[in-house]
Amino acid sequence: MRRGFANVLPPLLLGLAFLGAWELYVDLRGVDPLLLPAPHAMFAEMWDNAGLLWSNFTITAKEVVFGLSLALLGGFAMAVAIHMWTPMRRAVYPHTVGSQAIPIAVIAAPLCFWWGFGIFPKLIVIALICFFPVVVTTVDALAAVDPDQLKLLRTLDASRWQAFRFGELPAALPAALSGARIALAVGVIGAFIAETSTPTTGPYAGLGREITSDLTALQTSRAYAATAVLFVFAISCFYALTIAERKLSPWANQPRGEIR
Amino acid sequence: MQTQLKSREGQAHESTGLSAAVSLRDVSRAYLDRRGTTVQALADVSLQAARGSVLAVVGPSGCGKTTLLELICGLQQPDSGAIECEPAVLMPQRDLLLPWLSALDNAALALRIAGVPRAQARTRGASLFQELGLAGFERARPHELSGGMRQRVAFVRTLLSGKPVLCLDEPFGALDAITRQEMQEWLTGALVREPRTVVLVTHDVEEAIVLADRVAVLSPRPGRVVAELTVEEPRPRSRTNATVIALREQAMQTLAESRAL
Repeated sequence: MRRGFANVLPPLLLGLAFLGAWELYVDLRGVDPLLLPAPHAMFAEMWDNAGLLWSNFTITAKEVVFGLSLALLGGFAMAVAIHMWTPMRRAVYPHTVGSQAIPIAVIAAPLCFWWGFGIFPKLIVIALICFFPVVVTTVDALAAVDPDQLKLLRTLDASRWQAFRFGELPAALPAALSGARIALAVGVIGAFIAETSTPTTGPYAGLGREITSDLTALQTSRAYAATAVLFVFAISCFYALTIAERKLSPWANQPRGEIR
Repeated sequence: MQTQLKSREGQAHESTGLSAAVSLRDVSRAYLDRRGTTVQALADVSLQAARGSVLAVVGPSGCGKTTLLELICGLQQPDSGAIECEPAVLMPQRDLLLPWLSALDNAALALRIAGVPRAQARTRGASLFQELGLAGFERARPHELSGGMRQRVAFVRTLLSGKPVLCLDEPFGALDAITRQEMQEWLTGALVREPRTVVLVTHDVEEAIVLADRVAVLSPRPGRVVAELTVEEPRPRSRTNATVIALREQAMQTLAESRAL
């Protein structure tokens, strides 16, 4: 428990110091609140619009969690295919890099044409933005498996599948989660891009939509309040993934014996 | 002429009339190194290991000892010559324990691969742990074990593959002198309880003589058998035993002569 407190305290203090400096700057310089609202205005807005922000938050959170899961599954499957099958590596790997250069706005129209205005096209957008780090870390982890280890499994009469099951899969799983952790850094902004580039029907369209409509309506402090929610959400997801990775690979976080 | 005979699992257990569990006749093997030049690893090697005996192969570094073991295990095929042997399993120099499995699960790996359910594999592994003095270490992860303990677990894993021939490639090569001696004593004891045919490759002449029934001395590359010694001293053997010392001198002499050629 004390260790947990020691982990939380420094970022909390830094955050408070930052907010304090921001508050002082806006108050002393008399900055126009439409340009940059003061933190106290942002928190007041958060309090007043808690219901609205919460409803939008649940939508965005769902998008990020499912989109990232899709990226994790798809990226992992693709990494395994790339690892196991050389033609796949040659044919597909370059395109995965290229796919990261596609501006989402370009493909937003066909995505909505195929899958409508629901959550699914948004998941595709987030997965597209997030899968790449998962593929790279997983392919690297699979390639880093000691060839002698695989040879040993072969001498114990392991089939290719069993060699994968015992020798490669356990090394690749934590690596994929590690990739997802990197992907999360772009996943939340990916949700913003997904919401603003594809239309949504229904009363709430997520925090991304909320922010853009607030900005056009000159509700700057509400846009900041929504942004603060995204900020905290990203941090929480990151820690959740870190914990999952530790649970999945307890051996990787303990002092290793000598590795020859 | 390329000839090779390899008895299959079923036949091996029937053919009890066969005196040797491992038999190599005039085996040669070359490979291409990284620069693409042909390296003759073994030249006309003939060796035999009687069932239940320990055959040690000693020689300088790079004399094709590992190639020899891989040929016996069927991981490579000879360029010429004949190999007849019962199913063999390789224990490499590095323990290669899987970091995500406990010591017991690592030891029982071959059983899991053979399709034995996990609980049953663990039970069989645990009884062998008990028998060979590893009780209490079942749940330890490899990184929690000392180098000597890891080699023991790797040896149990090799035993549990169920094959009658064990090919040990410098099993104690990376251990310090004290642990090494402990491990030699442990291995002697383990083979009394779990008798197998063993082909032991080492560059340590003393280790070969302490552990083996027969010692084959290989020349520098290309490896050929330059001497074969029979050790009849009863086990456990001390390294200060007069016969052991005499045989060691004899083997060292032969090695030096083969190098001078």
